[in-house]
Amino acid sequence: MTSTNAATTAMMPPEGTLPSRLFAAGHRADAARHVARFGPVPVPAAADLVMELRASGLTGRGGGAFPASKKIDALAGPPGTIIANGSEGEPLSRKDATLLEHAPHLVIDGLVLLSAAVGPGARLVVVAHPDGAESVRRALLERRDGGEIEVRVAEDRFVAGEATAVVAGLSGAPATPKDHPVHLTERGVGRRPTLLFNVETLAHIALIARYGAEWFRSSGTADDPGTRLFSISGDGVAEQVVEVPGGSRLAEVLTAIGVEPTSIQAALVGGFHGRWIAAGDFGGRLVARPADGNGNGNGGIAAGAGVVLLLGAASCGLRVSASILDYLAAESAGQCGPCVLGLPRLSHRFAEYSSGRDSDPSGVRYLIETIPGRGACHHPDGTVSLARSALAVFAGELDRHRSGSCSEGGLA
Amino acid sequence: MTRHAMSAPSTSATLHIDWTRCQARGACLDLLPDLLRPDDDGYPLAATPPRERSDVPVPPAGLPAARDAVDLCPRLALSLRPLP
Repeated sequence: MTSTNAATTAMMPPEGTLPSRLFAAGHRADAARHVARFGPVPVPAAADLVMELRASGLTGRGGGAFPASKKIDALAGPPGTIIANGSEGEPLSRKDATLLEHAPHLVIDGLVLLSAAVGPGARLVVVAHPDGAESVRRALLERRDGGEIEVRVAEDRFVAGEATAVVAGLSGAPATPKDHPVHLTERGVGRRPTLLFNVETLAHIALIARYGAEWFRSSGTADDPGTRLFSISGDGVAEQVVEVPGGSRLAEVLTAIGVEPTSIQAALVGGFHGRWIAAGDFGGRLVARPADGNGNGNGGIAAGAGVVLLLGAASCGLRVSASILDYLAAESAGQCGPCVLGLPRLSHRFAEYSSGRDSDPSGVRYLIETIPGRGACHHPDGTVSLARSALAVFAGELDRHRSGSCSEGGLA
Repeated sequence: MTRHAMSAPSTSATLHIDWTRCQARGACLDLLPDLLRPDDDGYPLAATPPRERSDVPVPPAGLPAARDAVDLCPRLALSLRPLP
């Protein structure tokens, strides 16, 4: 499908097409260029930073879209550990590794600022995707406050980036999701309150600390303020990371990166746990939290962790979905029965039904209804969501397969 | 507990399932036939409503049986929580 090995030099936003805040210090910004562009790490009073974050409306950029200030408010006490999560287990996502490569100091600033504000003395950790770890280490050597920060390399697997999996990894256990009846902000690493933010969220925090909530809101919409990074890949597009104002229409983003709209039939937004959006719905706005809750149509399109996979007119969405489901089934951490046993079965039944070999939808439907909500993490739910949206968006393809043909040409 | 039960008479607690522990041994299914039913593999599935299946609502009348299920789960996968 999509290669994740494209040269990282292709990962910067195209010059002049979209505003860039996070990459404003330029390509692979070192400490000197970072400070020249953004100035030194400011020293806001703790209350001021939290107040600005609250006013900014910043939401977590790891996919959960939880308001950053609410996470801080939920802390049961001073956090023992503050984590910058750049694990990025999603194969189509490159935004965190790209951010760590080109703007590592912004992420580190965010960590240092949060520590000063809510957790002086907290253990500070950057959990980086294997591709981003080296640039973080290099950046830490360039600064005086870098010695206090640990760098951990995340396990390169899908569920390893999930918050409880990251915390488990830092506690010395395998990086697999854990049952979490209690939020990490109450009990996380070492059973102490733990604050975990995606690396992009921390980079935005570093900018908000400098320029304030009002500046942050000068981009994006009232509902979805600020900018967000998207990893875009797929048919007819060079793999790239772009920074986009919150609430942008998907069609605007595609136009800005030079994608010919008629060549695209659908886009998977939000990554492998996301949803397919048909080309007819590209006018929808990419937002943190869709008003209608289902991430489609007039309520906006859930940006999730900022991943867009484009499907060209000559590709078969059902085949692509079947291969993604196959991958996701194998990426179960192997802990929860409904996921361990259910996802391979879902993958198999989806392939049988969507190929037209099996005409009875009841088997797939039963799994789509029964699997969600029955795991320690979001993996079974996200996998089902992909399958459900594929069946809805590619209904036409389903009909073609029934009659023995396929968009990719030849027989289904 | 009592206060919550009064404000929400139909549900007094939730039965939390730790899916990382559950291995479909089935004791809970025997003890809570109104609350849970088995899926194809014998893992508990909330009979109603269709959502919140890791935290299944327990009506007041079901509390004693739910407590038994918590105590008797061989995998220690169940816990009972008062509604927030």
